[in-house]
Amino acid sequence: MLLEVKDLEVAYGDFQVVWGVSLTVDEGEVVTLLGPNGSGKSTILNTISGLVPVLRGDILVRGASIAKRPTHHRTGLGIAHVLERRRVYPYLTVRQNLLLGAWHAKAKAVRDETLAQMVEMFPILKDRTDQLAHTLSGGEQQMLALARGLMAKPQLLMVDEPFLGLAPQVVEQLKAVFAGIRDSGIAILFIEQNVRLALSMADRGYVLESGRLAISGKARGLMNHKTVRRVFLGG
Amino acid sequence: MSTDLLIQAIVSGLLMGLIYALVAVGLSLIFGLMEIVNFAHGEFLMLSMFFSFWFWALLGLDPLVSLPLVVAALAVIGVAVHYGIIRHILHAPMLAQICATFGLALAIRSGAQLFWTPDFRSITNPLSEGRIEISGIFIGQPQLIAGLVCLAAFIVLWLFVSRTETGLALQATAQDRDAAAIVGIPTDRMFALGWAIGLGCVAVAGAMLSSFLFVFPDVGVNFALLAFVAVALGGFGSIMGSLYAGIAIGLVESLGGVFISPSYKSLIVFSLYFAVVLFRPKGILGRY
Repeated sequence: MLLEVKDLEVAYGDFQVVWGVSLTVDEGEVVTLLGPNGSGKSTILNTISGLVPVLRGDILVRGASIAKRPTHHRTGLGIAHVLERRRVYPYLTVRQNLLLGAWHAKAKAVRDETLAQMVEMFPILKDRTDQLAHTLSGGEQQMLALARGLMAKPQLLMVDEPFLGLAPQVVEQLKAVFAGIRDSGIAILFIEQNVRLALSMADRGYVLESGRLAISGKARGLMNHKTVRRVFLGG
Repeated sequence: MSTDLLIQAIVSGLLMGLIYALVAVGLSLIFGLMEIVNFAHGEFLMLSMFFSFWFWALLGLDPLVSLPLVVAALAVIGVAVHYGIIRHILHAPMLAQICATFGLALAIRSGAQLFWTPDFRSITNPLSEGRIEISGIFIGQPQLIAGLVCLAAFIVLWLFVSRTETGLALQATAQDRDAAAIVGIPTDRMFALGWAIGLGCVAVAGAMLSSFLFVFPDVGVNFALLAFVAVALGGFGSIMGSLYAGIAIGLVESLGGVFISPSYKSLIVFSLYFAVVLFRPKGILGRY
């Protein structure tokens, strides 16, 4: 198993937000994490990448616990994280953003090659190469954030709400990009508010409700499941 | 009012401004990186002046010769300050952060008074001494060398931050700490590096000042105040902003001293500051 989250509990100070969540992502698999606002989705991704500490439970990558490793070691273990709201480095150029994505040694060794692939995958970034990242449009920033994540040569790409605030055409473009990433054998774990969109892209899904797992299963089975409808529509 | 006097005032203001700029950029860099205001900045300037003084008094090394040693010493102190104090208060309330660096300032200044007495000391017969005359304009040699060394240090800093990979990682950390950590940049080490560079800058300025100013435990206070003005004026976290603001302060101080009255020079500097923050609160090149 590529990623295994076991009975994860997370708290911000005294305020616990994740209660005993377990999930797995296999090599090359596309998995979505669904749930209403504040259900703990982002917190789980942030805990996997180490920005938020684990209270109880464990996180394993290929069977080895990473729960105590500092954040900056985790990209080297094959996990790249594209944060919510893109979080590109606003006052660095597109190119500098991308180069920094390949920070750990293994990625740095093949940096120029990966950079060429990224430019091919996201042609828009080529035209913007010397532009400061904050001057890009939302869609372009999302592409940059994804490309920066891929520069780390991950086996698992975690993406937090990639479609947030994007125009429908851009959403379609991004969907094609995700299909390309999946075809190259990289597993994806992503968060999305739009249930239909998310399940149309994923193999499997997990649905969170107030920090607890409500239901999980194959994407197709979740599409019209009554529990999913209850969580999202409150019905 | 002669042109000579005007040029004289501009030249000395410019040279002093370069020193202010280097003191300010250290402060600005540390703030930009981790949003910590280093209230002990003036004390580190004082420490580096004392280090230069003692290298001269005990070992006979001129400040220009001991410069690399003083810079190295302050850089090491910077790293120690980060790991010993700052990293423990990074997520603490702002008041705790202010108390920490302010307390450090008091400790260093009192320590200096205790161990080195409040006496005024000076380095006699430094390598750079006297003044040179260029068509009626007199330039103090120590000031000229100090200004040029500070400018050189500034250029090196600029090249490091904007051209090297580590410099880019430093910028990325300043712009978005979490986004830097997730690509694998060790942000804690970047903070330590920021402190090393910040205090290294102060050390260059302090070492240069020691060859023409008195060295005493309170010497840093006024410089720190001007550095705060320069940082606010130039924009928090902006390197070039510190340069422009430092030079502006040097010029305003010197021109005001010559054309209005030397006793009003601080008033003029702070009026300039007041005017800028009133109309452009984020400073000349600020992003915040």
